[in-house]
Amino acid sequence: MSIFEAPLNEHTPPWPYKVDYDKVNELTADVLIIGGGTAGCHAAISARKKGADVLVIDKANVLTSGSGGSGVDHWHNACTNPVSGITPEDQVDTFQECRKGIATSEYGSRASHYITAMESWEALQDVEEWGIDIRDVNDDFVGADFRDEETKLMFAYDYDSKTVVRVQGAYIKKAMHDEMDRLGVKIKNRIMITSMLTEGGKIGGRVIGAAGFHLRTGEFYVIKAKATIVCTGTTTRLWVFSTELVGANSIHDDPNGVGDGNAIAYNAGAEFGQMEAGGRTVGGFRYFGYGTGNAHNTWFACTILDANGKEVPWVDRDGNEIKDVAGRYKTAPGQKMFYHGPPPHPYETQGPTLTHDLAERIESGEFVLPFYADLPGMPELERKAIFGLMVGNEGKTRHGVYEPYTNAGYDPNKHMMQANVLPPEEAGVHKPWWNGQGPPQWRETAFGGGGGLAYDWDCRSSLEGLYVAGNQMLGGGNHSQSASTGRYAGRRSADYALGVDHVDVKKSQLNDERERVYAPVKRKAGIGWKEFQAGLCRVMQDYCSTYKAEETLKIGLEWLESIKESEGQEVFARNPHELARIMEAFSRLTVGQMIMEASRARKASSKACDFERIDFPEVDPPEWDKYVIIKRGVNGEVEISDKPYDYWLKEPYASNYRENYDSHNGLDENTTRPKLEAAE
Amino acid sequence: MTEYNQAYMVSNPLAPCEVVEINPDNCTGCRLCIEVCRTDVLVPHPEAREVPIVLFPDECWFCGDCVAYCPEPDTIKMHVPITEKVGWKDKESGERFRLGMKNPPPPYTVPPIGWKNIKEK
Repeated sequence: MSIFEAPLNEHTPPWPYKVDYDKVNELTADVLIIGGGTAGCHAAISARKKGADVLVIDKANVLTSGSGGSGVDHWHNACTNPVSGITPEDQVDTFQECRKGIATSEYGSRASHYITAMESWEALQDVEEWGIDIRDVNDDFVGADFRDEETKLMFAYDYDSKTVVRVQGAYIKKAMHDEMDRLGVKIKNRIMITSMLTEGGKIGGRVIGAAGFHLRTGEFYVIKAKATIVCTGTTTRLWVFSTELVGANSIHDDPNGVGDGNAIAYNAGAEFGQMEAGGRTVGGFRYFGYGTGNAHNTWFACTILDANGKEVPWVDRDGNEIKDVAGRYKTAPGQKMFYHGPPPHPYETQGPTLTHDLAERIESGEFVLPFYADLPGMPELERKAIFGLMVGNEGKTRHGVYEPYTNAGYDPNKHMMQANVLPPEEAGVHKPWWNGQGPPQWRETAFGGGGGLAYDWDCRSSLEGLYVAGNQMLGGGNHSQSASTGRYAGRRSADYALGVDHVDVKKSQLNDERERVYAPVKRKAGIGWKEFQAGLCRVMQDYCSTYKAEETLKIGLEWLESIKESEGQEVFARNPHELARIMEAFSRLTVGQMIMEASRARKASSKACDFERIDFPEVDPPEWDKYVIIKRGVNGEVEISDKPYDYWLKEPYASNYRENYDSHNGLDENTTRPKLEAAE
Repeated sequence: MTEYNQAYMVSNPLAPCEVVEINPDNCTGCRLCIEVCRTDVLVPHPEAREVPIVLFPDECWFCGDCVAYCPEPDTIKMHVPITEKVGWKDKESGERFRLGMKNPPPPYTVPPIGWKNIKEK
């Protein structure tokens, strides 16, 4: 008797929901949105405002789903707010100037970044209309350096350029959910989409809907849609999988982030860019996100003391010491804006940081570990902004950090939070400061700059009827990027959908899909989903680590295919929940194949992609200053091509961002915010 | 035989810790926690109005949404596993504290900025 059989006996409680794997439900919509996180909700609302009949499908509950489902505390890229010190052009130009060559997710890809710079503030005002406080409405921060007295907006990081807004968004998903209800957006929760439906069932054909199953009842769903938007989360746990490594970003992002949208769009024949890019994981050395003492991100720019109470100096981008706390939030003379984060950040956007030579000074004994975040030593309003506002509202930290810490007596006015004890060479470096760093075999694409669906100025993929917003875009990014591109893609998909008819779904495509999806529930024994999932990770670790080469990538691809056709045909599920975990592993397997194929195609190493080819060691040679594009051809074969990094500014488009934005954005009287100010 | 000598053949506990604990005295069985959980960690009890079952603790992301949405005060508690427990020290006295320590200092009771109970939203 195996452990898999042991629990199944007369004492095993039956599944709590009524299951019917044979039942087929049919739904229709003008616009189908796959994934109801930040991007999906904004997309749904803007498509609905255009008059489209909108359906949102989510694996969880739209009320709380997505990486931002548990709240947001600061909102990037609000370049058009009334007191912003920079224009959208400034922001995009600055980022591009310092990233000649490869775009990384940090900056977004170029068109999506411009769309975000143009609409982030608009989206934030939408959020305010829906009931979220984006200003200091209770005057908790009067007189703070980061507060604009007239608008009561509060900014984070760079108090000169004023583009990152501190918000009280713990319940932002509920506000969006209520607004969708009010507008009549249809929502179906707990459904996993497993495939796109295409015209004639052909790879590369127009996307005419999607199919999937319910995670509780197992029932099959067929959705006919005139337009479909991929708004699913990024791929997590592709290299590292263990349910003993806990969540809350200490090891991985939202567990529902699997890359389902990318996997099914790839299978339908859509083009993807930069799939070879990625980065090291946090290696499980992290604690709950933003839950340890540090000086970056949410905790920027906290004073740091060593074990003996000696203060670690803050320096400007040239290494000159900054004497006062206020100076840590200022741009350098002549600098338009900075992005918080230490070297090797590009000089153009390099902001103040802890001293650049911290590692050496720890090793020399000058500073003694562990370090502490000296919130008590910070000015009162800065302390209240970091812990009271940001940690109190950031996704996950309200209940994972604020509540348990304060219940256990942590008092930010008196107590210094300890930083992770890390090797000297990692201490003081932005990500590892609170992350640690995994081995070369442990990678991720979530925050590591992974690729995604190639898109045009309509946020449309290479397939007719298929649009994309948020993290599954080429160069997808943060909350504001998801909100802004969701808003934009919602409009463009609705414009398209309202001008076309539904297309009948090919029966054989549905029958094949049902046979594939339900195979694991028809098996009585075999291997469990965790072994299957961990097995994929092992292949990724061995054959697609930081160090890559043609021969090992080729073997890795063979192994993934072998696992798919061998063990993949032995996995079994005892309920719809396990079935979903199996289908997610299949999504990850597909994403793994995409990454390995794209990695084979880039025959050069690349710094920004964190991509090292042992057999092509030259780093970023000029001829490889382009996106590797992959897709499946009509017969399922892999097709490789490339696109320039600024393809959004080449034929058939105009050569500047503003012109393209103005001619494509789809704003009309129902989706443009009335300009109430016009004070003169 | 005394009760504690009765041992059982059971699988190892899953997950880093108990993840969430529901107080049966306060729980009304409304099942809102089940509905907001992103990974179905919680499933309904076969009996209506009974306390939900923590079926998939190994899939908990510690997002705290079940705690946020529970309409009854002090009913769902999210446990922080030992692996995630942090430390701090008093700036003046140098005294060190650890989340989970015996005899912790009294709670700090100031709520976050913009704190609103979900029921008020």
